[in-house]
Amino acid sequence: MNIALAIDEVHREALPRASEAGPASKRIVVAYGFWIFLLSDIVMFAALFAAYAILVRATAGGPTGAQLFNQVNVAIETACLLASSYTCGLMSLAVNARRLATTYFFAVVTFALGAAFLALELREFADMIARGATPQRSAFLSAFFTLVGCHGLHVSAGLLWLLVMMAQVAIKGFRAAVQRRLLCFALFWHALDIIWVWLFTVVYLMGVHP
Amino acid sequence: MTDTRYDRAPGDSSGFTELHEGTWSGVIVYTIGLVLAVILTAASFWVANTSLLWAPGIPLGLAVLAIAQMGIHLVFFLHITTGPDNTNNVLALAFGVLIVTVVVVGSVWIMFDLNDNMMPPELMNLHMQH
Amino acid sequence: MNLLGKLSWNAIPLDQPIVMAATSMMIAGVVLVLSWVTVKGHWPYLWREWITSVDHKRIGVMYIVLALLMLLRGFTDAIMMRSQQAVAAGGAHGYLPPEHFDQIFSAHGTIMIFFMAMPFVIGLMNFVVPLQLGVRDMAFPTLNSVALWLTASGILLTNISLAVGEFAKTGWVAYPPLSEVQFSPGVGVDYYLWALQISGIGTLLTGINFVTTILKTRAPGMGYMRMPVFCWTALASNLLMVAAFPVLTATFAMLLLDRYLGFHFFSIDGQGNPMMYVNLFWVWGHPEVYILILPAFGIFSEAISTFSGKPLFGYRSMVAATMAICVLSFLVWLHHFFTMGASADVNGFFGVMTMVIAVPTGVKIFNWLFTMYGGRVRLTVPVLWSLGFMVTFVIGGMTGVLMAVPPADFQLHNSLFLVAHFHNVIIGGVVFGVLAGYTYWFPKAFGFTLDERWGRASFWCWLIGFYIAFMPLYALGLMGMTRRMQHYDNLAWQPWLLLAAVGAVVILAGIACLIVQLIVSIRDRAQRPAGGDPWNGRTLEWSTASPPPAWNFAVLPRVSERDTYWNGRKRERTAQDPPAREYKPIEMPKNSATGFITAFFAVVTGFALIWHIWWMVGLGLFGAFVTLIAFAFRDREDIEISAEQIARFDRAHQLEVPI
Repeated sequence: MNIALAIDEVHREALPRASEAGPASKRIVVAYGFWIFLLSDIVMFAALFAAYAILVRATAGGPTGAQLFNQVNVAIETACLLASSYTCGLMSLAVNARRLATTYFFAVVTFALGAAFLALELREFADMIARGATPQRSAFLSAFFTLVGCHGLHVSAGLLWLLVMMAQVAIKGFRAAVQRRLLCFALFWHALDIIWVWLFTVVYLMGVHP
Repeated sequence: MTDTRYDRAPGDSSGFTELHEGTWSGVIVYTIGLVLAVILTAASFWVANTSLLWAPGIPLGLAVLAIAQMGIHLVFFLHITTGPDNTNNVLALAFGVLIVTVVVVGSVWIMFDLNDNMMPPELMNLHMQH
Repeated sequence: MNLLGKLSWNAIPLDQPIVMAATSMMIAGVVLVLSWVTVKGHWPYLWREWITSVDHKRIGVMYIVLALLMLLRGFTDAIMMRSQQAVAAGGAHGYLPPEHFDQIFSAHGTIMIFFMAMPFVIGLMNFVVPLQLGVRDMAFPTLNSVALWLTASGILLTNISLAVGEFAKTGWVAYPPLSEVQFSPGVGVDYYLWALQISGIGTLLTGINFVTTILKTRAPGMGYMRMPVFCWTALASNLLMVAAFPVLTATFAMLLLDRYLGFHFFSIDGQGNPMMYVNLFWVWGHPEVYILILPAFGIFSEAISTFSGKPLFGYRSMVAATMAICVLSFLVWLHHFFTMGASADVNGFFGVMTMVIAVPTGVKIFNWLFTMYGGRVRLTVPVLWSLGFMVTFVIGGMTGVLMAVPPADFQLHNSLFLVAHFHNVIIGGVVFGVLAGYTYWFPKAFGFTLDERWGRASFWCWLIGFYIAFMPLYALGLMGMTRRMQHYDNLAWQPWLLLAAVGAVVILAGIACLIVQLIVSIRDRAQRPAGGDPWNGRTLEWSTASPPPAWNFAVLPRVSERDTYWNGRKRERTAQDPPAREYKPIEMPKNSATGFITAFFAVVTGFALIWHIWWMVGLGLFGAFVTLIAFAFRDREDIEISAEQIARFDRAHQLEVPI
């Protein structure tokens, strides 16, 4: 008789299956619900991506992506957002370990990097508009401003959320509800970086290469 | 209430239940993720700008690199693994990826096909003049 | 800068008597109800027990109340269309001018799909799913309340358009270029877009809530293959909500950007692409109809197995068919625009996929038939609806497969044949389903059953009325009549349209029977107490009192098989003494005004956006933000219900079966 098999059989009988274990803990339920929300958000971006891909050549005689996009700027934006994802991860570790000062420190750095990203993006938009490349100029520009702008709106919402969360940490400390919300924030922030990966690849890098 | 052996919140690493150990291993995980992501990002920028690669293959190469970067984020930042405690999270992600693929690929296929079947601009001008 | 944007006294359509009459009736009705509530002093009760409730059972009932009210409004539109078309033949032009007729058919579609069918289905799922899963509430109770009230906001905005301004004249799908600002400069399309964006947020929140509840919170022992089939169909429907509604949100956002900021997504100039709207709209639109029909399938499964006294035949294949339909529904959408000009291979692919999706539905029909075969079928009202559904839906499905052949569709697209097909499947499927569910679960919600005689009368009127109203439309479609015609020259069509109008009147009788049924049942409720289990049920909701207490189950049931309640009762009959219960205090989520207040600010913001009152937009958004912050910073999330209170309830209602 194979003793290893016998032990394995006993082990399996003793534990109920995962799907029969009853309602999950609140942390799992909240985070999973937020995960599903993120997937819905990504589907919304997919529709905007599809519109962009369809309209990318519809320049109506106006400027094309290759004429407008500045890769150095995009590289710096990418660096800022990626770094902010990293510092957000470190903030998550501090939250789980309930270390107040470390949490605040990495929150501030994450906020600063995210704000830098937004500032660069707003400057890019302003420059384009000043050159006459407004969203009203062509379908391509409408699609560009909407897709990239929607991501920027999400980043802005995230920064606002981060501020509110720091206020919550200050007032309520690291109680379970606050930790759950910070977990959701981290999910949101990392997902935004994933969307940015696709944005800079499809819009800027593929766009510069005709 | 379920044991976290069976189930894990998305975004939580499997070391979550042990709060006080694992902070440094956590930092290492995020740092490795950052380094890999930086390398892949730099590679993307290089691929887009180099003349050393066969031009028609560049968009595919960029897409592959983007998928790889997404994978790095999922594994190192979001702690998505293929363990049995993560099944629901992976399934939800797979469903999302399926929908995104269908929406984007389907829409692009349909719209490009429709555009191909549109009346050419020269004939359109003639048509409008009647 | 005008403080009130585009809004002025001219917005009230004083020159349109029919609209003013309808508006007056609507306002009179609202004033009557509000006055009655005030005079009777019911506001504290309403606020405490219903408006701020986060209880899934209360929220479910409120959704259904909204749906029933909107059924009346949407059906009024239908009667007006049928009567107009019955008379407007040849030289006659009927009583509805084209600008009004166009708003009526647009409002009819919008209201029936978004504000009647969706709330009804969501309301039934809300009430039943947590009870069937053996848990105390949804995963996110306050979010549930927010979703309900955002849906109500969309409804309110749509109804305000009757009195102030106009509604869209573009059809319920609002295709550009007609829906662009160049060709629809009025506020109608804006009312449509903002009402649906706001209620769309609510639907997305509902989807998230149900997916999480079904996947992450079930009673101990309830593995996936032990869930009732209604919960499986609820899961599939809500997965589709989460996957499809974001596409609609993005599409409407693009149209709004075109209208408000002069973008060029769908405009003709600027190299925009109106066909892209059609494509993206139906990427959402096809899954939407499966969002509606899948829970109806679940209701029929429950009703048929309960009233046949047998477990559902082919549980596994039902689950597989449901999830197959869920995925396949995302692969067929082009069949809504075969004629838009795609080439044969594209049309062919989607045509084939559309036929494929009929297969799992066929599997379900056979499973229901085999469930009834060999069982003792009780011909109760829910079973009548189920039988009516099976015949009617199969016919409608077959005409759908017919149109799935692209060459055939080239003849029938946008004809009355199409209109007959989708009403065939939506009325025969969704409406019959929700009315069956309404009858089936009403006693659980209120403690007394609905009157059987009026229920039968309603069913027969609906069934006969449906066939008289819609079979002629198939013939008319084949004769070449297009949809949405305010008047027509071909006199050969008129007899058919007269017949269709008669059918509409018979359906009206069916609706009247539903109203009478409700009144009579409430009046005689003392003579028709339901008890916990009026139907000899199979699933866990029948193990609770009617209505269930706020906490649903004093002790969470431990599940070891399907049809838990039925099998548990069989065991109970052989047991000697039921085991003594140990009552523990239960934490339930607190009531919250968040949903109601958020919705208030949503209406303010929506109205302001429609009329270009920019300062009010800022105010509304700021108010919604403050409400969110107030919710985020509240101290206590739960209230505790004492063990004594629970024990007292249990002793007064000795119905729950300890399983």
